[in-house]
Order: sequence, then C-alpha cells, then structure tokens
Amino acid sequence: MSNSVINLKNRPFVQSFASAVGKKESEGPLKEYFDVICKDTSMGQDSWEMAESFYQKKAFTTALQKADLKESDLDIVFAGDLQSQCTAAGFALRDYSVPFSGTYGACSTMALTLVLSSLMVNAGYAQNAAALTSSHFCAAERQFRKPVQYGGQRPPTAQWTVTGSGCVILGNGKKEHMPRAEKVIFGKIRDLGIEDENNMGAAMAPAACETIGRFLDGTGTSPEDYDLILTGDLGAVGTKLLYDIFEREYGGNLAPHHKDCGLMIYSLDSQDVNAGGSGCGCSASVLCSKIMKELCEGKLNKVLFVATGALLSQTSAMQGETVPGIAHGILFSNQ
Amino acid sequence: MSVSKNEYSKMTENAQPHSPVFKNSIKAFLFGGGICCAGQGLFALYGMLKLNNDQIKALVPITFIVITAILTAFGIFDKIARHAGAGTIVPITGFANSVVCSAMEYRNEGEIPGVGSEIFNIAGPVILYGTAASFVYGIIYWIVERVIA
Repeated sequence: MSNSVINLKNRPFVQSFASAVGKKESEGPLKEYFDVICKDTSMGQDSWEMAESFYQKKAFTTALQKADLKESDLDIVFAGDLQSQCTAAGFALRDYSVPFSGTYGACSTMALTLVLSSLMVNAGYAQNAAALTSSHFCAAERQFRKPVQYGGQRPPTAQWTVTGSGCVILGNGKKEHMPRAEKVIFGKIRDLGIEDENNMGAAMAPAACETIGRFLDGTGTSPEDYDLILTGDLGAVGTKLLYDIFEREYGGNLAPHHKDCGLMIYSLDSQDVNAGGSGCGCSASVLCSKIMKELCEGKLNKVLFVATGALLSQTSAMQGETVPGIAHGILFSNQ
Repeated sequence: MSVSKNEYSKMTENAQPHSPVFKNSIKAFLFGGGICCAGQGLFALYGMLKLNNDQIKALVPITFIVITAILTAFGIFDKIARHAGAGTIVPITGFANSVVCSAMEYRNEGEIPGVGSEIFNIAGPVILYGTAASFVYGIIYWIVERVIA
C-alpha cells in the first residue's frame, strides 16, 4: 500500500483494555477513568524497577480478567518499557506462561506493541495478542537523570514521567461495542538536531508530523475525517511545534482534531509537571482509560493513535549526540 | 520534510518557554542569603556556648549538613530546592543533598557496588575539580608571593 500504511483486512477487535497508575496520576483530570490506582508508588517493592513491573502486572492481569481470558489464551505478548534491556516487562511477565517479545520504542512503545499485536492477529498467527507498556517516574529519573531526592530545578520544557501502565488485548473474537484496529503505520526516524534532553517534545514533534502526514496521504484523508488524532507525550512544547510543522508541510490546522496524552493526564497548572507528562506509561494509561472508554461508548468513533518516542540513551546524551524521534500509529474505529 | 535543522532550531526557540531567570535569581538570593544569615546566627549561638573559634567553624557547616540530610531523607529538601535553585545548591546544603540523595538511591544495589561507588556520583566532579583548582591556585599564590617578595 502507498506510503507504508498497512490496511488490516480482518480488523482485529479490542478484547479488553486496562490501566494502572500511581498517586500523582490519580490526582489528575483522568482519575475516574483508570482501572487500578496504587497510591503507594513503591507498590511495596524494594526498588522502583520492581515497582514498575508490578504496575505492568496489574494492567496485564486486569486486562485478562476484563476480557475473560486466561494467560493460555494469549498467543503473544508484546511488552516494553524505558528501563535498560526492557527489564520492567521481562520481570513483569516472568511469572506467566505466555510467549513474550520484549519491544523497545522508547515512549512510542505502546503504539509499537499495538501495531505488532494487530498485525499478528490480522494475519491469523495469533488468536489473541496483548500490547503492554509501562513507565515509572522514579525508575526513569534515576536511570536518565538524577536521584529522585536530588534538589535541582527543572527547566520549563522538561516533562514528568508518568508512573503507570496500560494493556490492550487484541483478538479475532467478535466483541460488541468494542473498537477495532483498522490500519497501522510504522514510523520513520526523524532527527532535526535537538540536543536538549530536557526538551523531548521538540525532539519528537517532527517524527509525529511525518507519521501523521504520511498516514493522511496514504489513506487520502484529512484531519477533519478523524474524531481525534492522539499523540503520546509531546507535551506543551512538542504539541505547539507539531502544529507549526504540520501547517508548514501540509498546510492544514491540526489543533481542532488533536490531543496529546502528555497534556491530558496531569493538570499542568496545579501539578507542577512543567511541559506535561511523558513516558511509555503516559500514552498507555491515557489510551487504556478515557480514550478506549469513549470509543466503546461511541463518544469517539475514529481515533488515530500516534505515540512518539525519543531514541536516546544516557550514553548518547552524554556524548553530545542529537535526539532522534520516532512515531508509530494505529487507527481505531468502532464502526 | 522540508524543514531544515536551522529552521527547526528557530521554531523550537520560539515555541519553548524560557526559565524565569529574574524570578529564579531573586528566589536564589533570598534562600541563599537566608542560609548565610542562619549560618551567622548559628555562629553567634555556638559562641554563647563558649566554644572556641575552630570548633564553631566546624560545627556551623556540620549543622547544615545534618539538617539537609534529614530534609533529604524525608523528601522535603527537593521540594524546597525546586524553588530555591542555586540558593540551596551553592551553599554546603547542595553538596550534602547530592551525597545523601545518591546514597539513598543506590542502596538497593548493595553497600559496595551501590552506595560505595555511586555516593559521589554528583558530588564527585566538585571534589575533583575543587581539588584541582585549589592546586592551581596554590601555584599561582606561590609565584605571586615570590614576585612580590
């Protein structure tokens, strides 16, 4: 198909979705939509890393329960996170007997796991496939920045890593009122020279624009044809840049049809999160709560979900490399 | 994509909010100044306890280090520092916080590979370049002293 937009002929059904979030996220505007809220961000674990795995477990088991499925019903789980070597996902799923593929796409991982799951189901290689991701503020801070209790100031462009996880199970089984995956698109890496690791939104906005633009071109549609184009974690700066580049490249106004999960999960004015939320858990928990619920209820009918990721590491940042961005997309429809 | 890196750099510059430098400077001045005044107050207080000058000079920073360590352990220091900025980083409070927060963060990795090797993760460069700078200063001082003499 032109522009690498893949049409899912069998349109896999969302069998279930679930979200698990921490205290700060439960105090934000989406509090009523989450399935599991864990006020103790350590989840009773010894380390932040194990706590993050616990969030994944919560989202995963809740999604299985909601779909009325057993772990043996899953043919594949694509799961990922931000920790080195995707350990949050590996440790979360070590207690389950499910085929597992660790997946890394930085903060775009939720879209990437959804794309891979829907392709497997669409092709008939899997009856049911799960897409699962998470992030944890403290685990991410300590890996990418400074110890959690370090007393420094954050620049206004910095974003706050979401503590939370989301899981979507896709399958061939018909489900009334549940959304279906229609089309998917893999992102292209875009790097316009942003070096500031405290400005991830700016690093990822070009990739988001490229994926959205290529998807619209490939499907012969325009932003008006969608109830919502939902990006992952561009935050305030990245969102503004997305609108600017989109207008310049495609000549349209994206703003009336677009929202960003990073701007939805927290109250920017009162929760001291600077430019908004970020992390794999940001797009995952927003998609697997408010967005999926509104798709089921028919408040939203056509949602293009484009999660964005910054493909840097601590090493690349310290060596002065610029930050490449990526954005994968999946179209959900309830028609 | 037709946007060049140079153009995007300008677009980013226009899109991003800048740190409120003036407000941050005022806050840093007030917090930093407050800490210095408190230090002077402690100096006077310890003086009333009939301690000698050397003892007081050691006790004042120790007091700040202990207070910072306690505030860091209870998760209060970083909330203050978010407003105070350089006002709490530059005095000895910043140094104490950087050591204590590293020790807390890496305790799960064990006493030697964790706390032992990571405790000066942030403070290490200050110690290294502080020592190196004092060595250079010492040489300059030695030369200037000889020239003047």
